[in-house]
Amino acid sequence: MNSTATILDVKNVSVSFAGFKALNALNFSMAQGELRFVIGPNGAGKTTLLDVVTGKTRPQQGTITFNGAVNVLRTTEHKLVQKGIERKFQTPTVFGSLTVYENLEAAVSFDAGVIKLFTRLPAAGEEKIQTTLKLIGLQERADVRAGTLAHGEKQWLEIGMLLVQEPKLLLLDEPVAGMTRRERNRTGELLQEIAQRCSVLVVEHDMEFVRNFATTVSVLHMGQLLCQGPVQQVQSDPRVIEVYLGRKRDRDKLAA
Amino acid sequence: MKQIFKFLRRWGPFLVVTAIFLLAPAFLSSFRLNQLGKFLTYAIIAVGLDLIWGYGGMLSLGQGLFFGLGAYGFAMYLKLQASGGKIPDFMFWSGLTQLPWFWVPFSSAIFAICAALLIPMLLAAVLGYFIFRSRVQGVYFSIITQALTLLTSIWFIGQQAYSGGTNGITDLGSAKLFGKALLSPTMQTAFYITTVLCLAGVYLLSRWLTEARFGRLLIALRDNEDRVRFLGYDPVMLKVMIFAFSAGLAALAGILFVPQVGIISPSSMGVVPSIEMVIWVAVGGRGTLVGAILGALLVSYGRSYLSESYPNVWQFFLGSLFVGSVILFPQGILGFLKAQAGKFRLPVIVRTPSNVGVPETVATVTPAGVNGGSSA
Repeated sequence: MNSTATILDVKNVSVSFAGFKALNALNFSMAQGELRFVIGPNGAGKTTLLDVVTGKTRPQQGTITFNGAVNVLRTTEHKLVQKGIERKFQTPTVFGSLTVYENLEAAVSFDAGVIKLFTRLPAAGEEKIQTTLKLIGLQERADVRAGTLAHGEKQWLEIGMLLVQEPKLLLLDEPVAGMTRRERNRTGELLQEIAQRCSVLVVEHDMEFVRNFATTVSVLHMGQLLCQGPVQQVQSDPRVIEVYLGRKRDRDKLAA
Repeated sequence: MKQIFKFLRRWGPFLVVTAIFLLAPAFLSSFRLNQLGKFLTYAIIAVGLDLIWGYGGMLSLGQGLFFGLGAYGFAMYLKLQASGGKIPDFMFWSGLTQLPWFWVPFSSAIFAICAALLIPMLLAAVLGYFIFRSRVQGVYFSIITQALTLLTSIWFIGQQAYSGGTNGITDLGSAKLFGKALLSPTMQTAFYITTVLCLAGVYLLSRWLTEARFGRLLIALRDNEDRVRFLGYDPVMLKVMIFAFSAGLAALAGILFVPQVGIISPSSMGVVPSIEMVIWVAVGGRGTLVGAILGALLVSYGRSYLSESYPNVWQFFLGSLFVGSVILFPQGILGFLKAQAGKFRLPVIVRTPSNVGVPETVATVTPAGVNGGSSA
């Protein structure tokens, strides 16, 4: 794989909702094979960034190119998935009435076309499901209905459903929200395994998690890229401290 | 030996029930047989509604419309047959002297049957495409389908000269098929047998559909449409397909209904019948094909018994049946029975992915426990 090629290139993208600029002429790009974390305070535009990349929201201006060739803004949502952009939603989104196995089966059949849905699952698909079950650690739970899984297991299942489709770019929206410490660590390890196979973009709030598992971090603020770099460098950047801790300092001043 | 047992376990109930229905002409009076035939056409509608609602999660209140269009299509042929070359009586009364152009091709049985099947399916497909493309979901889908049903039945009432108006298309009895009168016992038995075979076919087709990956994707669509879309499927196509298919089943039921009942009028295709169709499926059990069939038969028999015995109040019974089943058995009769059976931890052969090519493992599952309903 050519590691210097760009997997995602977001140029000058703006999105506004009723006057509020969620993204303000944002420029953002990622190299192929990269594991990138995006952080930022509430309302910085993190989720909106995922929305425009997956076609859920159409920006008012700008261009987004995926894998050097795909014009994201002119491709429908399900086609983008077929091209290799996969997204995990913030709240675990799995099919509760289906079993864990059937959830993965629904995911693995995605590029077969409607007619193939009436045939048996090919052996290759079965193999992918088994590998993924092992990777996300849900082998024992394969015949359990997804609706009855624990929160963390649902998150892993959803990640598994995306992995089984062999994405080129995986977008994860706060994958460890609501998880216990042990589940968070397990997810972090899973992330690093996944990063071996595809480019991963993680939006995260949990700073401890970011410190433990991130290499490169981008900070969004008011719909723009504030800074970008290794975790330590970003953490000590005065602008980041200002954005994250500014209000606290104001409060301290008032208290003094 | 094991193979035979497995086969019987899978197909035994189906074969037995089909055989009983096929033998019914031997022991039912012609009145009861005719009644059963009518109810079996209802079961076909129920299967279609169950596919789109019980599996796909889209509550269509427009099945009566598709049923009606199918029934009218075939009734047009029968009416032309019965009129023996003259223009149908209701047209004559309304002052028409010539057969309207769109009635003319319906003198061919093959054309009439094809049109009666395909027009409702095409309508559902086009309608579904626009509804689903604009991501209209849930109750709004129900309202649109209901409004359309209402509109069409009112329109049919208004077109006295072309549709027979409020009376509908009647007096089909003197139509002749294959040289036999429609009302002759032979012909009625033939239509009854055809209905049984159609229902069996519809059941098999739907069972195959739901047991394939397509069926699980339908359930996925019900659970979370956005996730389906962001797994790379086009939900519009899937929904259009299943909507058109269920419309086709309703139309098929209409085609089989008309020759056995001998009349089709706007009151059989309007809003109230459409809601009654929903009651069949709700009472029988959403998401199970057998439940839908059972619901259609039970509710129809209950209705006929009550309306014979208590003509003034039977509608209250029907209403309370619906409310009661929703409150007490939200999964319908079959769902309730299944949950009860699940309490007695039955050994079930589970298709686990790990035992492909390996001897079957027997696992113990409790469906009731899975539903979190062991206390229910």
